[in-house]
Amino acid sequence: MSENNNQPKGKPVSLPPRAAKPAGPPKMPPSTGKKPSGPPGVTLPPGKKTAKSGVTRKDFVSDQDIRWCPGCGDYAILATVQRLMPELNVPRENTVFISGIGCSSRFPYYMNTYGMHSIHGRAPAIATGLKASRPELDVWIVTGDGDSLSIGGNHLIHLLRRNVNVQLLLFNNQIYGLTKGQYSPTSEIGKVTKSTPYGSLDHPFNPASVALGADATFVARSMDRDPKHLKEVLKASHTHVGASFVEIYQNCNIFNDGAFFDFTEKESKPRRALLCEHGKPLTFDNDKKGLRLDGYRFEAIDLEGDWSIDDCLIYDETNRGLAGAITRIFFDEALPQPFGIFYREERPNYDRQLHDQIDYVLSKRGEGSLADLLHQGDTWVIEE
Amino acid sequence: MSDTTREKKIEVLSDATILFAGDSGDGMQLTGSQFTLATAYARNDLSTLPDFPAEIRAPAGTTYGVSGFQLHFGSVNIKTPGDEVDLLVAMNPAALKVNLGRLNPEGTIIVNIDAFEKRNLDLAGYDANPLDDDSLQAFRVIRVKLTTLTREALKDFDLGQKEVDRSKNMFALGLALWLYSRPVEPAHEWLEQKFGKKPEILKANLHLLSKGFHYGETTEQFLVQYDVRPAKLPPGKYRAIRGVQALAMGIVAAAEKSGLQIFYGSYPITPASDLLHELSRYKNYNITTFQAEDEIAAVGAALGASFGGTLGITGTSGPGLALKAETMGLGLMTELPMVVVNVQRGGPSTGLPTKTEQSDLLQALYGRNGEAPLPVLATSTPGDCFETAYEACRIAVKYMTPVILLSDGYLANSSEPWLIPDPDDLQPFNAEFITKTNELEGSEAAFLPYRRNEETLARPWAKPGTKGLEHRIGGLEKEDVTGNVSYDPENHQHMTRIRAEKVARVKAEIPPLTVYGDPKGQLLVVGWGSTRGSIESAVDRVRKKGFTVGAVHLRHLNPMAPDLGSILSSFDHGLVPELNDGQLVRILRSDFLLPLHSLCKTAGLPFKASEIVARIEEILS
Ligand code: SF4
Repeated sequence: MSENNNQPKGKPVSLPPRAAKPAGPPKMPPSTGKKPSGPPGVTLPPGKKTAKSGVTRKDFVSDQDIRWCPGCGDYAILATVQRLMPELNVPRENTVFISGIGCSSRFPYYMNTYGMHSIHGRAPAIATGLKASRPELDVWIVTGDGDSLSIGGNHLIHLLRRNVNVQLLLFNNQIYGLTKGQYSPTSEIGKVTKSTPYGSLDHPFNPASVALGADATFVARSMDRDPKHLKEVLKASHTHVGASFVEIYQNCNIFNDGAFFDFTEKESKPRRALLCEHGKPLTFDNDKKGLRLDGYRFEAIDLEGDWSIDDCLIYDETNRGLAGAITRIFFDEALPQPFGIFYREERPNYDRQLHDQIDYVLSKRGEGSLADLLHQGDTWVIEE
Repeated sequence: MSDTTREKKIEVLSDATILFAGDSGDGMQLTGSQFTLATAYARNDLSTLPDFPAEIRAPAGTTYGVSGFQLHFGSVNIKTPGDEVDLLVAMNPAALKVNLGRLNPEGTIIVNIDAFEKRNLDLAGYDANPLDDDSLQAFRVIRVKLTTLTREALKDFDLGQKEVDRSKNMFALGLALWLYSRPVEPAHEWLEQKFGKKPEILKANLHLLSKGFHYGETTEQFLVQYDVRPAKLPPGKYRAIRGVQALAMGIVAAAEKSGLQIFYGSYPITPASDLLHELSRYKNYNITTFQAEDEIAAVGAALGASFGGTLGITGTSGPGLALKAETMGLGLMTELPMVVVNVQRGGPSTGLPTKTEQSDLLQALYGRNGEAPLPVLATSTPGDCFETAYEACRIAVKYMTPVILLSDGYLANSSEPWLIPDPDDLQPFNAEFITKTNELEGSEAAFLPYRRNEETLARPWAKPGTKGLEHRIGGLEKEDVTGNVSYDPENHQHMTRIRAEKVARVKAEIPPLTVYGDPKGQLLVVGWGSTRGSIESAVDRVRKKGFTVGAVHLRHLNPMAPDLGSILSSFDHGLVPELNDGQLVRILRSDFLLPLHSLCKTAGLPFKASEIVARIEEILS
């Protein structure tokens, strides 16, 4: 076991030696490559070589009318995902979208793949069962702030802890849209909504911190209004083997318009959004400003004055402490809001280990037969 | 051991009921199950009733910490764990106090008098030592210094005081085995297996076992030794089986016969956890088990597995069934196969977690939002759990629907001799996946997920990974045939009816009912679940008294056997005994518009046959 694996010491489980060892120190992610999503021996049916074979975004568009409000941020996210799909080299029939309930959870209906629009909050549970029994499938979860941080909070943290090999896209719009505008677990304190005419009292969740607290192995944040960044992050989430948590700031133009405009709009984005990239210095405002560590605190520094780029902190997505700290910059007036891949770690994924363990038992005991099982234990014969 | 046998009178009994009771740390369950094994070896028919406290290690000596194991065995047909106890082995005052009421008026008590000291008497709430006054006068009380004898027997062993005292149940077991002329070999073998690697403990236990046996032979306290001759069971190979084991094997059978992979998702809950334990060992039988973060995740994962083309099963007990309701609704709406096992316990709320009850029938039938009918099956004996579990899986797949399988705490934990079934006798179980598009004739190629099988009304099962069958399902109302989201009023009406009709067609799977006892006459007893043994024993007794009485036992609670109505009409009266406040009777009364009688019990314990006999006599007199 590596020293810094944030878990109580465990006993080795019944697994073949290869799988029993947790992965070593996190490595740099490969920049390209197909996601090895299943256990050895389970191979995907041969997919067509996407771009060359002519699979396009259109192939992933279903025949259903889209029912989101005009102008909703969900449209941009859907388009980005549909554009990304042909690049992933996964046959459409091996792709499954599972959602819960809420505006964002209508997503599977619009994807021409396999899909299930399930129950409020339960998509991670359903996806876990699907992945556990069909690890070779490429499973995406689409959820919202109410769906996965309120009613489904328990399933979210356990999915991340187990590190089930799925991508979870959390559309955060800081509001309940489908039920017509109540405050959500990510709404700011004091939010006036129909259910909180005098302002909400609840302290909001910081979703990225929740994910890190649940020991997620891939934690990222992006936004509906930057499709290029979103696509890159989603692609990386797909490459990651294990549970990928991607929070996407999504504008609900009907009930919470402009909640993230500070970070997403042209005028303020350069000053207010910070793009974290592995191995690169943390800068913002078109490289005019940077971020450095002053003891345990972040400090914004002026790169046109006394500070230079060499004073900026180099981001390291394999550093859990750093990820914890950077994601704690949260709606801070003095500091820019971070986006990008905050944390990435290799850790054995549950669905794979589950099947490795079954294979191990099979190799030890051979395939069981009902007839033998029925006759096991103490038996006796009554003669005619 | 014949060389040491003294002359004692041997009295042959047709049947007997013995109850071992003590602290939960006294090893009473183990003693009981070893006595059971010996009894099976003696070729008796038998039925057991383990009775655990809700607390794992309740404070020693208290009444709420008493753990019991009751066994009824005989050379005659045994259907229940016994109405009244013939021999009570009481390891302490609390065990005596809790169980005295179950004792036959002429019963025998073996007491460990060493445990009858002030502290234990106080803990049990006795003001005076019942062994010193005349409160036990009616019974035969055999006083054994169990602790002292155990310590003496083991004084030359290198064991700590605690370990020594903990073994006293072996002395008690040996004594009980002697008293009923049971073989000691099964217990020997078991000990050798269990303590093979700890020779000192093994030796000590074996020594105690034979000391207990010899004590019976030598002590003057026992004037008679009993014998119970082999029962006339149908020929074949037998094993003793607990309901939960049989249920797990029924699931294994479903996997093997259908070729389906099975996924079992569950969250620990008493008394259903044992099913998770059993199935977790069967990884090489095409069974995957998953301990979920909660009840909802357990059923959600099972449904997710079913969507993937695996048969998802989840197991729970009453409160867990409540939590799974919403997902069962989704399973019904998406028309995916799934089996939900409910090992019922005393309710409501947390209720009596370790005690038995049949009070979740209405929850199983109606406990979901909307018009949400599901097939519901119930097991009736430990051995029957095998076949019923298999049937539940088969129906779920054939009709593409969640199925609820009701068991209960008593069935799960009790055991009986089981004529090992031949897997070839099970109904064929075909699981088919659609592999090609199923457009309507003349239309362009398309997959229509809700285009139904005309006979069963089941929709096709399409495995993700199958090219050309990409489709989306969910909890919103579906348009029939296409499966598209639909808010159309007429479609909703149509789909509500179709879903009900599909479940109603499960009737085709139900074989004709067999009537136990008289095929027509004065009174028909209608039962379901674990009450079968008590009901049939009661029918035997009242028929001996000259009444014409029959009984039917329902495995299928929704839909019900098509011939139930005609059977009911062959009798003057109907009686429905249930371990609840009258749930099945309510349904039968409204379905058949008959003034059926009811017998209800919610005491956390099975019926005594005598309770049913009394009710039948009351109705017929
Ligand atoms: S309510 Fe808000 S989140 Fe929902 S569809 Fe409309 S704009 Fe989008």
